[in-house]
Parts: sequence; C-alpha cells; structure tokens
Amino acid sequence: MSAPASGLAQIGKSVFIKGELSGSEDLYLDGQVEGSIALKGNSLTVGPNGQVKASVEAKGVVVQGKLEGNIQASDRVELRKSAVVTGDIITQRISIEEGAYLKGKVDIHRTDK
Amino acid sequence: MSSVSQNFMKLFRGSSGPETIPAQGSQKLTRRSSGLGELSRLWESAEDLCILDLGSTSPANIRHFTEGGHRIYSEDLLTASTDPELLTKDEQGSIVLDSRKFLADNLVYPAARFDVVLCWNLPDYLDESLVKPVVGRLWSVLKPGGMLLAFFHTRDAGPDSPCHRFHIVGGDTLEMQKIVLRREARRGPTGAVHTAISDGFQLQRVFNNRHIENLFHDFASIKFFLARDNIREVLVVR
Repeated sequence: MSAPASGLAQIGKSVFIKGELSGSEDLYLDGQVEGSIALKGNSLTVGPNGQVKASVEAKGVVVQGKLEGNIQASDRVELRKSAVVTGDIITQRISIEEGAYLKGKVDIHRTDK
Repeated sequence: MSSVSQNFMKLFRGSSGPETIPAQGSQKLTRRSSGLGELSRLWESAEDLCILDLGSTSPANIRHFTEGGHRIYSEDLLTASTDPELLTKDEQGSIVLDSRKFLADNLVYPAARFDVVLCWNLPDYLDESLVKPVVGRLWSVLKPGGMLLAFFHTRDAGPDSPCHRFHIVGGDTLEMQKIVLRREARRGPTGAVHTAISDGFQLQRVFNNRHIENLFHDFASIKFFLARDNIREVLVVR
C-alpha cells in the first residue's frame, strides 16, 4: 500500500468528517467522510482504511479503501486491488487492478487536447 | 446438488461475508464463444452501447468496452447473493434468500436501460430463490431488441464444475478464471490467525433446454450454441 507523501493534506484513520469537503491541494484520506468531496484540479487518494460515503469531484482519484458515491475525475481514476467502490465513475482514463470491486457504471469522456 | 442454504450457513457461520478472489496462481483458460462472437458483431458496429456485466469485476471487460466507446455497468450478482442479510425463512421454516430484498439492493435501473446483458454462468450458480426474479428484472432493464448472453452447464459437465469468471480478450475469445471464496482472516481461540479458503460457488442445478426456454419465456427469441466443453451458450433477445 502506498503511504502518503510528505506535504500532502491528510485525514487520518481515526478522523470522521460529515459535510462538504473542498480544497485546492491534493488530499490523502484514510478516515471516514460522509457528504461530498470537491478537489477540482487536485487529486484524492482514499487510503486502505478510508471509508467514504460521498460524491467525489477531483482531477485524479486513487481508491485503496471503500468508496460509496459517484466519482467525477477530470483526468484519471485508479482502483487498487483492495478498492471497494459502489457508484458511477466518469473520467478520461481508468485503471483497475485485479481484485478491485466495482458496482456501478464506467463512462469514459475524453476531452480533445 | 448440495443444498444452497446448507452451504450458505456453513460459509457464514461465525464469520463475516466472504471475499471473492481469483484462485491464487489459478490458470487462465481460453475458450472460444459463439455467443460472444455474435454479440461482438453488434458492439463493434455500434456506438455508445449500454452494457451490463453481471460477473466479477473484470478490468479486462471494462477496458474492452470503454475503449470501444461504450458504457459498461459492473455488478457482481453472485457475490451480492452471499450477503448474510438476505437470509430468511419460508413458510415451511426452511432457510431461503429474500429475493425482494435482493432486488431492492441490486439491479436497480430504469426500465429499458441496457443494450446487452452478460450473465455468464450466473443462473447455474445463483441460489434457486433468486434465479427467476433476477431473470424477470433483467427482462425489464433490457431495451426491446436488447440481447442477453448466458452459459449453462450440460449434465455431462458434472456436479463439481468450478465457477469461473470471464474476461473478454477480443472477438469471440474469453479467458476463464476459477473463483475461490476466502473468508477474512480471524484470530482463533489459541491466538493463531486462520484464513479459511473454500472452493468457489457450487453448481446449483443443471438446466435442460426446456428449463432454459421456460426461464426465458418472456423473451422474443432464443438461440442455443452447444460447445465441446459441456457448456450450452444461450443468446436471448428481448
């Protein structure tokens, strides 16, 4: 499991947040969040202990834990082998490791560069 | 065939739900599929199809359809059917699965959503109490003219036929991978950690042609393809 890089905003595994989460930096989330997460232009990583019940909007999303909610990523979504995702995914690119669980839709929207 | 309820209780006694994983180092077998070949002509010539894959989450399948410009929905119904909260008792006091709750939590889509449904071997391994309700729901979520592909074992396949997951590798070719269920590791009374690994899903029944026709009697047409590996492929049209 990849550890968060130093200098990255982090939510530790003992933290529980309910509400709207937004920011303009990358976020490593290993706790519990219910609500919505908006990180336009930045990346969200849900760590192996992370439990998210929220809609997610970000540039990139990496999931190692549990995420229940729709994901909209302007660039890329990665589901690691321990990921358990329930929800629809809209993104430009997606990478799914063997062992990841997805219940939902995958819709690829490529933007012209 | 062994009782599903007995196997279900054995699987869940004293533990959390099982995790479905490919068997460690399991060999991937390749097979040609006439049904898949026929379907592939559809999705290679059309755009923006809506496809429902009812097997285990398959990165290969998701990649195959998204690169083809289609939308894919992934829903692992066999794993969903192992939810302990589905257990209930019927009028005779026998343990069965609650099909109403199952359909309240799964296959929840607007009517006529999908162009293609990939059932793979689902009807062969799904609990008896869920098969007909699931097929009924699939009829309603398929578009008129939409197609459903399912695989059924013949009697010659034998009662211990392992449950596989299917990956599309192109055209009419599939990779098959045996499914193994693994309970989460638990610490036993002596402090030692145990991880029980059991065989995958059990074959519930063998359908004959008449059973299959009855199962899909609400569909407009049905086509059978018999393969050498004791699999009967069925392509139905809503």
